[in-house]
Amino acid sequence: MNYKMISYILGWILIFEGMFLAVPGITALFFGESELWSYLLSISICLLIGSLLILKKPQKRQLYAREGCVIVSLSWIVLSAFGALPFFLSGEIPNYVDALFESVSGFTTTGASILNDVEAISYASRMWRSFSHWVGGMGVLVFIMAFIPLSGGQNMHIMKAESPGPSVSKLVPRVKTTAMLLYSIYLVLTLIEFILLLCGGMTPYEAINTAFATGGTGGFGFYNSSMGSFSPYIQIVVTVFMLLFSVNFNCYFLLMTRKIKDAFNLELRTFLIMYVSATALITLNIAGSFKSAGEALRNSAFTVASIMSTTGFSVVDFNQWPELSRTLLVILMFIGACAGSTCGGIKISRVIILFKGMAKELHTMIQPHQVKKIKMDSHTIDHETVRSVNVFMVAYLMIFIISLVIISFDNHDLITSFTAVATTISNVGPGLEMVGPASNFSFFSDPAKIVLIFDMLAGRLELFPMLLLFTPATWKK
Amino acid sequence: MNIIIVGCGKVGQALAVQLNEEGNNITVIDLIASKVNDISSQYDVMGVVGNGATHLTQQEAGISRADLLIAVTGSDELNLLCCLIAKKAGNCQTIARVRSPQYYTEAPFLKDELGLAMVINPEQAAASEIARVLRFPSAIKIDTFGRGRVELLKFRLPEESPLVGCAAKEIATKLHCDVLVCTVERGDEVHIPNGDFVFEEKDVISIVAATRKAAEFFKRIKYKTNSIKDVMIVGGGEIGHYLCEQLTRSGMSVKLIEKDPRRCEELCELLNDVTIINGDASDQKILLEAGLENTGAFVALTNLDEENILLSLFAKSVGGCKLITKINRIDFGGVINHLDLDTIIYPKNITSDYIVRYVRAMRSSIGSNMETLYNVIKGKVEAAEFIIKEQSPVVDVPLMSLALKPNVLVAAILRDKKVIIPRGHDSLQIGDAVIIVSSRLALHDITDILK
Repeated sequence: MNYKMISYILGWILIFEGMFLAVPGITALFFGESELWSYLLSISICLLIGSLLILKKPQKRQLYAREGCVIVSLSWIVLSAFGALPFFLSGEIPNYVDALFESVSGFTTTGASILNDVEAISYASRMWRSFSHWVGGMGVLVFIMAFIPLSGGQNMHIMKAESPGPSVSKLVPRVKTTAMLLYSIYLVLTLIEFILLLCGGMTPYEAINTAFATGGTGGFGFYNSSMGSFSPYIQIVVTVFMLLFSVNFNCYFLLMTRKIKDAFNLELRTFLIMYVSATALITLNIAGSFKSAGEALRNSAFTVASIMSTTGFSVVDFNQWPELSRTLLVILMFIGACAGSTCGGIKISRVIILFKGMAKELHTMIQPHQVKKIKMDSHTIDHETVRSVNVFMVAYLMIFIISLVIISFDNHDLITSFTAVATTISNVGPGLEMVGPASNFSFFSDPAKIVLIFDMLAGRLELFPMLLLFTPATWKK
Repeated sequence: MNIIIVGCGKVGQALAVQLNEEGNNITVIDLIASKVNDISSQYDVMGVVGNGATHLTQQEAGISRADLLIAVTGSDELNLLCCLIAKKAGNCQTIARVRSPQYYTEAPFLKDELGLAMVINPEQAAASEIARVLRFPSAIKIDTFGRGRVELLKFRLPEESPLVGCAAKEIATKLHCDVLVCTVERGDEVHIPNGDFVFEEKDVISIVAATRKAAEFFKRIKYKTNSIKDVMIVGGGEIGHYLCEQLTRSGMSVKLIEKDPRRCEELCELLNDVTIINGDASDQKILLEAGLENTGAFVALTNLDEENILLSLFAKSVGGCKLITKINRIDFGGVINHLDLDTIIYPKNITSDYIVRYVRAMRSSIGSNMETLYNVIKGKVEAAEFIIKEQSPVVDVPLMSLALKPNVLVAAILRDKKVIIPRGHDSLQIGDAVIIVSSRLALHDITDILK
């Protein structure tokens, strides 16, 4: 294990975090808030420790696959741990575990909060919550890798560990250029949303926050009513952008290079079909409780987009909806959206591979000598990928069950515990019953919160990097 | 530059690594998915699985944006087809590896008619390299610059040499020789010596000298430079075949040992003036019978790397002849160096070096002014030749006043057919060709040597 290189990269993470913290710092300055000092203090701590760690450039720069995974998971832990500092130092969230929960929820784009009253905390801290969504959505390490000079394909291990989806493909030969391209797409989409929101009458502060939180598909609201108090126009804009951010970013690249047919691949088509049918079903199911069909449609379209994209914004308290709708929403929570986007969840491509794998198994039972391969868009999915998807599912279930058991020590009802774990591991945000969109996670005990923090990180990093941290073999010489 | 490499074999991989390190965008194509995944997960390159000779696969690899396609699959025909299709599909240059002698003799025709930029035969390249070493056996490796006027010679310092214990700056005063020591390898370390560097026994040093002066230097440091008259080659593959041709042409007497009787017959028809012995070289009797004890040089070219190493070790123990060992596959440079095997030939590196040199030259038309580039020590030290075309901060300033980066050495200046081994008071002029030795890989412009 190349510890020197790991601490060197962690040093850079802190330096970048110091720079990220400048965004809420400036916000505090702008609004003349007293929280400014806690941000300045956090920035100095990050920069100081960071520069101490990068002082000596390691001689041996070789990174292997395991260092890649360890770096990714440690970076996210460090990022969240230091990202919690301003909440804690300013006294807005006096318990450090709570502050960490909030910070992890931000970076992993979950959007689950422990705050009873969001409007009570400073503008700066609300900005930091939204901004951490935006930073975490696309992945921090690949971004940083594009800036720190590392030779060779060493960053490939890191990109693999950080990117969501069963297999990682590059758009162009270099990781650096690929990262640049993805970030440009990300930035442009966020900017367009920001402008459209401004046109809808939001204040610039509201528009920036919303754009950041949608971009990372995070879902921290900055009002207690989340998106409920905004006009239908704004809700529609947010709906559309939640969907846009849940599409594999490679598709935008394919559209840019005029490969339209390739862009609308099986995963994207499945995503759209699932979205439309779920919306239709839920609209029918809830139509009775709304004044007009249009309003029901708008509300269900928003909620389904919010859950599928794992954003977690809400316009109504869907906890009050009929059982069919609630069940559908929980199922969608697990699935998530497309691989290679900023969403959480199992991802549609994995679900497709699982279903096709099952179909293949059935076929071989009928015709034992049949040779069959799993294909997507007429590309054969190699055995390695299929295997890793299967193992992913097993690991997902295992983490889910163990977390659920530990959470149950808190003695809340099953739906609360079940959806709390589901919503954190899929990085959605709200669940049902006591963790529904109108409430929050503050009532959980500290051990339960720590389990949920682990779930959020594991969900964002696609389980294995986090699991590797707890595998003894990783640390053996 | 955007470069597509078809074929992820040994050479393909070596090329991908080296060209990628130099800042090119690499896409590799191979039929076997595991090979592609292996290379694209280890290095920062993109991989495409498919037949590189199909238009579809080439398009997927981005042929329309590519500047160069290098075809290095195992099959000559496939390589040529890849290049043909690339030529039609995109606007790029093409390089093909062609190893069959029948095709290779037609290389000029292929280049002209099929529009190939370069045709490379790895066996031929390796044979030329070996022949060059045999013509100057004292050196471990020889590179030439400035169209052959300057040589970079690498050799191991003999134990009783007066150079041992001597500082680099004393060479000129003590030995009255105009040579410059560029690199010193001591164990696994590589130094680019400054004036105070003191030489030790068994250091492997490389020097730059004008061709005439080198011989004199070797005499002064008591290094044996006996020329080789007879060579024993084990292994009658393509390299062996080309090598025999080249060596007999320069008048050496050659003995070739080959296991396969049919191949012996074949070689017998192809080659004149070569003694061909049919036998298994791993049998010591055969080697001794063939006169291993009295031979001037021993070249191990069988297909098994381990066998080559063992044969060379045996030859070393029997007679004090010059050893050349071919290593194809295994990559244990550090261990092999400890075995004291004189010269090791890595055909894959030779091929990739040839191509990398070409790529550099291609790049030079887009901004860099580098002429040729050599690996002095693989992956650690390079020697590059620049032409100074215009006024820049390095021109007209005495070298001692230039603020050079550490581990950068101006090794030679070529001016009007004269070779200058530079000292502190010399300066660079417009029109000079300069040879820079550095451990900073991938210099692109002469001004890159400055701090």
